[in-house]
Amino acid sequence: MSEIKEIFITSDKIKTDDYVINMGPQHPSTHGVLRLLIKLEGEIVLNVEPHIGYIHSGIEKMCESLAYNQIVHLTDRMDYLSAHMNNEAVCLCVENALQIEVPDRVKYIRTIMDELMRISSHQLWWSAYGMDMGATTCFFYGLRDREYILDIFEDTFGARLTLNYNTPGGVMFDIKPDFQKKVKDFIKYFRNKLPEYDQLLSGNIIFTERTKGVGILSLEDTIAYGVTGPSGRAAGFSCDVRKHHPYSAYPFVKFEEMLDTTGDTYARYTCRIREMWESMNIIEQLIDNIPEGDYALKMKGVVKLPEGQYYQRVETSKGDFGVFIESDGKKNPYRVKFRSPGFSNMFALNKMAKGLKIADLVAIMGALDLVMPDIDR
Amino acid sequence: MTNEELIEYLIQQFPEATVVQGTQFVEMTVMPESLLESAQKLKSANETSFDYLICLTGVDYPESIGIVYHIESTKLGHAMVLKVKTANREEPVIETLTPVWQGAKYHEREVFDLLGVKFNNHTDLRRLFLEDDWGFPLRKDYVDDVRIIER
Amino acid sequence: MGFNLYDFTTFTHNLHIWFLENMSPGLATTVEWVIVGVLYIAFVALLGLFLIWAERRVCAIFQQRLGPNRVGPFGLIQTIADFIKLMMKEIVTPRKVDKYLYNLAPYIVICCLFLTLGAIPFAPGLQGLDFDIGVFYLSAVSSISVIGILLAGWSSNNKYSLIGGIRSGAQIISYELSVAMSLITMVILAGTMSFSGIVEGQRDLWFIFKGHIPAVIAFVVFLIAGTAETNRGPFDLPEAESELTAGFHTEYSGIKFALFYLAEFLNMFVVSAVAATVFLGGWMPLHFGGFEGFNHVMDMIPPFVWFFLKSFGLVFVLMWFKWTFPRLRVDQILTLEWKYLLPINLFNILLMATVVLTKFHF
Repeated sequence: MSEIKEIFITSDKIKTDDYVINMGPQHPSTHGVLRLLIKLEGEIVLNVEPHIGYIHSGIEKMCESLAYNQIVHLTDRMDYLSAHMNNEAVCLCVENALQIEVPDRVKYIRTIMDELMRISSHQLWWSAYGMDMGATTCFFYGLRDREYILDIFEDTFGARLTLNYNTPGGVMFDIKPDFQKKVKDFIKYFRNKLPEYDQLLSGNIIFTERTKGVGILSLEDTIAYGVTGPSGRAAGFSCDVRKHHPYSAYPFVKFEEMLDTTGDTYARYTCRIREMWESMNIIEQLIDNIPEGDYALKMKGVVKLPEGQYYQRVETSKGDFGVFIESDGKKNPYRVKFRSPGFSNMFALNKMAKGLKIADLVAIMGALDLVMPDIDR
Repeated sequence: MTNEELIEYLIQQFPEATVVQGTQFVEMTVMPESLLESAQKLKSANETSFDYLICLTGVDYPESIGIVYHIESTKLGHAMVLKVKTANREEPVIETLTPVWQGAKYHEREVFDLLGVKFNNHTDLRRLFLEDDWGFPLRKDYVDDVRIIER
Repeated sequence: MGFNLYDFTTFTHNLHIWFLENMSPGLATTVEWVIVGVLYIAFVALLGLFLIWAERRVCAIFQQRLGPNRVGPFGLIQTIADFIKLMMKEIVTPRKVDKYLYNLAPYIVICCLFLTLGAIPFAPGLQGLDFDIGVFYLSAVSSISVIGILLAGWSSNNKYSLIGGIRSGAQIISYELSVAMSLITMVILAGTMSFSGIVEGQRDLWFIFKGHIPAVIAFVVFLIAGTAETNRGPFDLPEAESELTAGFHTEYSGIKFALFYLAEFLNMFVVSAVAATVFLGGWMPLHFGGFEGFNHVMDMIPPFVWFFLKSFGLVFVLMWFKWTFPRLRVDQILTLEWKYLLPINLFNILLMATVVLTKFHF
């Protein structure tokens, strides 16, 4: 009798199982192939464990058997929404290792394309995020505006997503004569449309209730986990590579780094929207002043880097992307490693989502802007 | 600190380590036994305060497996490279640096997965991308008839 | 004031007499039941087709694209094509489901739908059931759908369905309170619970104008609570979970899924129809107290046109909500009800009672 009483009073004697839910590799939303094992207690999340590797393609191993200008083509497929910036990272690494300076025209073109790619990546993020939150109309608005940028890309490069425009020493072809006019038209158009995004989603009280105060990551944790990009800047981590270690044409432009202090999902959201405005400012400063000149340097057919280790960082739309090349003097690199921003961003998810509800988990994941091929490589 | 000042400081603070100026950053190579202590000192010292681990890479050298840490200080703005080489290639074992930089936990899992380096005191050393019975693909002697085509 | 709105009671009365003359009373009653049943089923089917087509076109306009416009003129036959496809689909029953409950759930939801539709007046005399306690009956009967949803969630042997079903059940039970209370507010103003009495009472002015402030508050609360009742719009976390799967009806396919889908759209129509009846006058044209000429002009439009115009207007408003707003989290949904709507409702009832007692209305 006393044992029975004991069991009912101290409930830790009763054996309970954990309720584990699987948000499987196939998602209705556009996160990519990510598997989350969520341990729940009712509606509260106790533990989130990401399982990745569904799209691991062995890019780093493949690079060890390719020449340096062939590596560029593989980097498109990693974070495909900022393909141009990935390409640029490899090209800059090789150019800095060979200590060659590309013409100014190349720098301006690369930076303008960078910023256009950043806007298009943030547009897709916004569309998918709105759809995750339930406001399906956002999907159509964001993609409608993104088509203008993709048309510009198609005119110049011939491709919309996997661009392959950069090459060590310059770019593949010159820009068309009507490029400047098209970009200026787009900027004028988009400046009118971006306030619509705020009206539809950012100002909505349902949205702010779901994102303010949700998924807070403190500044120390942000730096400890290495969360960069707009997700990191939302907590006050000043990590913009364009500011601290400028490359290409960034030394010639004036722009601000979008920082916030709260570190919650709403701050990450607004940092990205403000980045879109800032990107348009950068493009406007550069678009009228593209210097004349060559669009590529004459490079040897086979590029061989001197021995040593080289590291190059660029700021993609997700964060701090790094290329580490270790060369032993041959025509193929000895080791190539890509430091992907999504990898570090994603593993802070457990810290952010503990103690919140499943619906909050979706909000947090959306604001982190994860692209799985970037994480899995 | 500039690279020269950093070299002087490191030579003074870490007498057993090899400090050399690489192509971009100062590169410091330590012994595996003193890795954790060096990392902690680099993070906590006020002159260096390296609190941001940029990148953790595993490289397969002929005699051992090397691990390269790119670290940066958010307060002071300088960066450097910390390198360590395991004792041998067959049983590579290294101390984990998760107590120093929390993000290293998952980078180390990746190195364990792709190169086979075991990390001591790692709380959750499992494979990250691949299945449990796969080999270690990033090693130079990895042979896979099905998936790798040699030219 | 005289008016010449066609009253269906003469027609039904004559039909009833004709039946009684030609058959025994029992058979006459049975034949009448069968006719009414068939009419309702046809109505539900047609209305379902129309509403699903309308939803797709309306949502396409909001998203600046075209909706279905190939199958038939303006894409009207699209829904028929979709239903033919759904009926030809293989009905997959997962293993280890509770077969009896699994098969029962969609039918409970549909039965509840028919029961609620029966009480709504479409035109003078054209009403399935004319109780004295119409409003009370409606509140009681619309609660039956909760059972269907909970059974669907439980019997599917699937964790997500269970979560979805329980969330949905909690949401519906909470918002029933708000629905019932806002209806009670208008019953206080009307003085009667029967639907035909409520519509008759709006002969000189619609209740939403008559009861000014408390009626407008009740209208807004009713629309919000009604949307939540039908798991639509910003309250569709249990069902449209883009994070997990389709909620409580994940494991249903083919005709059973079609029944849930149809029930959702028609419940939306029922909510709009009840709102139109109680707040906007039902089939009563827009009359203003002393303006005889204006009233005569308004009477020229037949009453069932008025009814459908108002109902479809409110259906459009409900669709507008769904495609504009993001979703509320489930604890925010419940907070909205228990901490905000319920006190507002209680206060509103007091306010309306004061207004009626002091005759401070039009």
